[in-house]
Amino acid sequence: MRTLLALGLIACLTACSSVEPWVKPYEREHLADPIMAFDRNPVSSMYLDHVFESREGARGTVGSAGGGCGCN
Amino acid sequence: MQLMRLLPAVALLASAAAFAGVLPEDRADVLYHRYDGGGIKIDGPSVLVRKSLGDKFSVSANYYVDMVSSASVDVELTASPYDEERTQKSFSMDFLHGKSTYSAGVIDSKESDYAADTTFFSISQDMFGDLTTVSMSYKRGWDQVSKNLKLPDGSKERDPIFGVRGTDRRGYSVGLSQILTRNMILGLNYEVQTDEGFLNNPYRQVRFLDPLDPKGWNNQFEVYPRTHTSNAVSARLKYFLPYRAALDGQYRFYTDTWGVAAHTVDLGYTHPARKRWIFDGRLRYYTQTSADFYQDLFPRTNFANFIARDKELATYQGLTIGVGAEYQFAIPVRWIQKSAATFRWDHLMIQYDDFRDARVTKNAPGSIIAGTEPLYELNADVMQLFVSIWF
Repeated sequence: MRTLLALGLIACLTACSSVEPWVKPYEREHLADPIMAFDRNPVSSMYLDHVFESREGARGTVGSAGGGCGCN
Repeated sequence: MQLMRLLPAVALLASAAAFAGVLPEDRADVLYHRYDGGGIKIDGPSVLVRKSLGDKFSVSANYYVDMVSSASVDVELTASPYDEERTQKSFSMDFLHGKSTYSAGVIDSKESDYAADTTFFSISQDMFGDLTTVSMSYKRGWDQVSKNLKLPDGSKERDPIFGVRGTDRRGYSVGLSQILTRNMILGLNYEVQTDEGFLNNPYRQVRFLDPLDPKGWNNQFEVYPRTHTSNAVSARLKYFLPYRAALDGQYRFYTDTWGVAAHTVDLGYTHPARKRWIFDGRLRYYTQTSADFYQDLFPRTNFANFIARDKELATYQGLTIGVGAEYQFAIPVRWIQKSAATFRWDHLMIQYDDFRDARVTKNAPGSIIAGTEPLYELNADVMQLFVSIWF
């Protein structure tokens, strides 16, 4: 079992080391554009996430401002 | 009058962004926010500053205030309108080491009847030619809940019988950011949060059928379980359009040990125009099922071990429409590289399936049978105005 795990680990590491980036650094101009940021204005998204989280049962996987909510 | 929901802005303050091997930009934002809906008005400032110290360190600090004036449907039913102020301060630090970013921070939130302290730590690692960023984070929170009594002269006093009750919060999350093509990026996130302690609002009450009361119902305080564990998983895709605009789509599935299951779909579009303008549009749909121990009107007093009438735990659907406009302008100061002013407006519409407007039978007892009041609807406007500078 240990041998299998070791072989598996070696196989993974070998595979990882040979991964060639299919989008080269000089091809990432569009991705570097500020409009492509997941969170372009953190101060704004933090506030809006807090508004939603204070009024919804769901939480998590997005930022939130935390603290009380004044929602009663 | 206050609430829970404390495990805060990890994603925000630790936002080494989608790429771990780069420190976030130096910038400062000053924001004014205003929420108006359902009898509640909340406004206040938020100031966020981020500054790098050399090539390896970056620090961030946020000061945020909520000034609340509430006469909500819950308050009108069993309490009296109130004013409250919450202040939140946070500080975080990022350290860049090779392809890794280490982040840690603290958040402190205070109001007259609720105090919350949170710490967090996260690691992000770039790999596979910087096409992939993997991140992990842990957060821990300690809340202290108390209850205010309103005295005849209008002043507030701590309820000595209620005392101070504690809540422990923990959160674990993993994330993956993946460049798919030269125009598309994918984000995947999974988060578990678990809380233990006093989890309900000390002021809120449920209502139960009472034929002896002219309204047809009476009240008693909520009782929640002392533990709550939730799981959320989300996927987000962002696509660059050929004419320099961006499409954004996100889906989140949520479930917890209280029986709430929720779906969130969020669509966005960003459109730059005339060099100085950037316009945003957003459509967000949210739906959830109710908690197992939620009811709008319980059959009798002490109906079950756990009882709740928080509309946040009801069954409902919400739709949000949002628009924003950013204008970039020049400030003739040498150390300011860029500056912008932004206005955002979001309109929330929530329709509840099992939360009724009990003010009808409270204000006109006997006019209709308890439990047949119209279903409650919430409409709210959320406005933000902020100025940002990059330096």
